[in-house]
Amino acid sequence: MIAELGHFALWMAAAASLLQSLGLLGRGIERLAVPAALAQALFAALAFSGLAWAFMASDFSVRLVTLHSHTSMPALYKFAGVWANHEGSLLLWVLVMALAGAAVALAPPALGRHFRARTLGVMGSVSVGFLVFLLLASNPFARISPAPTEGQGLNPLLQDPGLALHPPLLTIGSVGLSVAFAFAVAAMLDGEVGPRWAKAVKPWVLAAWSFLTLGIALGSFWAYHEPGWGGWWVWDPVENAALMPWIAATALFHSVALLAQRDALRAWTLLLAVMAFSLSMLGTLIVRSGLLPSVHGFAVDPASGQFLTVLIALYVGGALGIYAWKAGGIPSGESFEPVSREGALVANSLLLASMLGVVFVGTFYPLAREGFAGNRISVGPPHFNATVVPLLLVMAVLMAIGPWLSWRSSSTTHLASRLLPAGVAAAAATLIALAIFDVRSTIALLGFAAAFWLGGSSLHLLVKQAPTLGSAGMALAHFGVAVSILGATASGALQSEALVTMRVGDRVGFGGWQVELIDVRPVAGPNWTALEAEVHFSRDGAAIATLRPQVRSFTRPEMETTEAALHSLWWGDFHAVLGKPDGLGKWQIHVWSRPLIRLIWLGAFLMALGGAMAIAGKARMRLPSGRTAYPSAFDSRPVERVGPG
Amino acid sequence: MAAKPKSQRLILAMLALAALGGAGLLAASALGDTSTYFYAPTDLATSRPEAGRSIRLGGLVKEGSVSRSEDGLTLRFTVTDMVNETAVSYTGLVPDLFREKQGVVATGSFGPDGRFKAKELLAKHDENYMPPEVADALERGTQQMEAKAQSGA
Repeated sequence: MIAELGHFALWMAAAASLLQSLGLLGRGIERLAVPAALAQALFAALAFSGLAWAFMASDFSVRLVTLHSHTSMPALYKFAGVWANHEGSLLLWVLVMALAGAAVALAPPALGRHFRARTLGVMGSVSVGFLVFLLLASNPFARISPAPTEGQGLNPLLQDPGLALHPPLLTIGSVGLSVAFAFAVAAMLDGEVGPRWAKAVKPWVLAAWSFLTLGIALGSFWAYHEPGWGGWWVWDPVENAALMPWIAATALFHSVALLAQRDALRAWTLLLAVMAFSLSMLGTLIVRSGLLPSVHGFAVDPASGQFLTVLIALYVGGALGIYAWKAGGIPSGESFEPVSREGALVANSLLLASMLGVVFVGTFYPLAREGFAGNRISVGPPHFNATVVPLLLVMAVLMAIGPWLSWRSSSTTHLASRLLPAGVAAAAATLIALAIFDVRSTIALLGFAAAFWLGGSSLHLLVKQAPTLGSAGMALAHFGVAVSILGATASGALQSEALVTMRVGDRVGFGGWQVELIDVRPVAGPNWTALEAEVHFSRDGAAIATLRPQVRSFTRPEMETTEAALHSLWWGDFHAVLGKPDGLGKWQIHVWSRPLIRLIWLGAFLMALGGAMAIAGKARMRLPSGRTAYPSAFDSRPVERVGPG
Repeated sequence: MAAKPKSQRLILAMLALAALGGAGLLAASALGDTSTYFYAPTDLATSRPEAGRSIRLGGLVKEGSVSRSEDGLTLRFTVTDMVNETAVSYTGLVPDLFREKQGVVATGSFGPDGRFKAKELLAKHDENYMPPEVADALERGTQQMEAKAQSGA
């Protein structure tokens, strides 16, 4: 019964989204948009709850529950199992879309009721397509009869706390970009784009971006401790599918900042807003259709690819069509000198667009190649490392300088003294890496230099020039980028690893440590049994850490998974994986030391926190006094106003 | 000053084009050097990549071909597409779903001695899943066998 109610609620949500899309038309019907958006959110939430109930209650008469759940699973994974499949993850997608619409409907209409109705209309018309797709081609509530008494279980690789957090955060982030998309389409239709529009859209972009940042970071951390996925970032198509909207959104809120402050780059900002959500939808297509082969291809339904392709082509094509039709008519904004905050933000856009370009080309090249030349190739880390890393390094250099420049036209005389500490830090870090840690790779040395250069400058900015939450948020987010670069560089350049075979009681040297295999014994979990090794790390006889890597055996479905063991110390992680026995009492053990690796995710967390602070910083600008305390778009005050006159 | 916004727009547009063009060139040149071609054993029989060039080799793990070296670290097995075979050695942890008669994709290169050394083994996590390249390679192998059988008849 609950499943039928959920199914019914989904139809009602589709009907409400259809009504909501009428908001596009204006002429009185637009008043429907707000109640329709709220109704859609309510029904989508009901539908989602219905499916969640079916999963929690192990209602195996629902086909989806049978295929992806089992009574023996812990409650957390029963619940998270809702989105660990194609239909359920799309239901989550649609739910987030509806909730974003409700948020827009409930927020004060900064640009007027008419504009809000149009925005909701765009969002409703996107929702309706995906809801129809869900109802007709991927119904999550489909029953099977007779109902089996037990389910087939969830893929054991997905039974990880990461499943509870990573997909929802990623979905909130990428689908949240639909608000900026809708704002852009509505602005193009109304021909009204300027600082007011930019200020209204900014909190939505920043919020979506912060969630997306967290979602990607959590996914990366999950991949780090899951041995089968190759590491924290391997440029897999599914990883790139999340990265591309993130890059576009990053460019978008910088460009929005420029538009809000100086009324420049109008057309480009609109294009970025359209692109960011278009890339999100494209990402959904990549992930759901299995279009590109991926190690993360779980909730895949190849049959749905065509429907999704047509749907997404319609939306993206429609939005770009409106752009092509209207963008020419958008008057160009204010002009500025090349050396200025504006110039720095333009450089940001250019670099991010280039980065987006190389990731896009690398991701889709194999598909194009297969289509035209017929042979199969794959493009992996060597390509992306050779293209993205240089761009990232150039960007880190400029990111340290940009915030110190003032709007319109900036003198450069103050830069030397502002950047001196950062320069000293970068030089010192490079020398230390070279002399003490014996790093010889040029790219790694540049990575250390860039991290300390950007980190030093951002920290300086945070302490000296961050009078509002917004400017502190920007400085903190930039600092976060530096922290992530440092983590990525150090963990790559300074890691050591050893692959050994050991009997119980054997001891081997590894780096400056001794590794001893104490025991291998069977252990049992809620729905698995495992062999667990006990591995001691010590230095000169003093115990440092005990790691317990496992090989788990699940029966439903029948599968073995390798569970890495991690142990965090102040300088980084020990990482151990238990391999296969050779049948003669020896075990394969793979151990790593990974210095500073957690900085990668700490940096991402700082970026997301900075993004959230930048939203709050905006609220502070609207003090009742009507006085804008600080003029900048991220609220960061130019250091010195050295005007042309 | 009146003409300035327009010329600035032009300059910005040209800068954008230059940046994107540069990125495109960078990407294209990197793609030429770094993309990894897929080979089935039958492809290797006709054209073998030069030593050291990274390729992806895919097919089925031949039944009874899996063995381990003395130290227990190196795995040796044979990849087959039912027509031709290639011997592979791999040092590292073996993926959970690596089995005989199952699909595998080995990324690695031929050494100067002509042996294929894999750096990475991909055996898909899902029991029911066959990597599309492998499915393709097996189909091509079968077709070739049928063609041979017909021409022989």
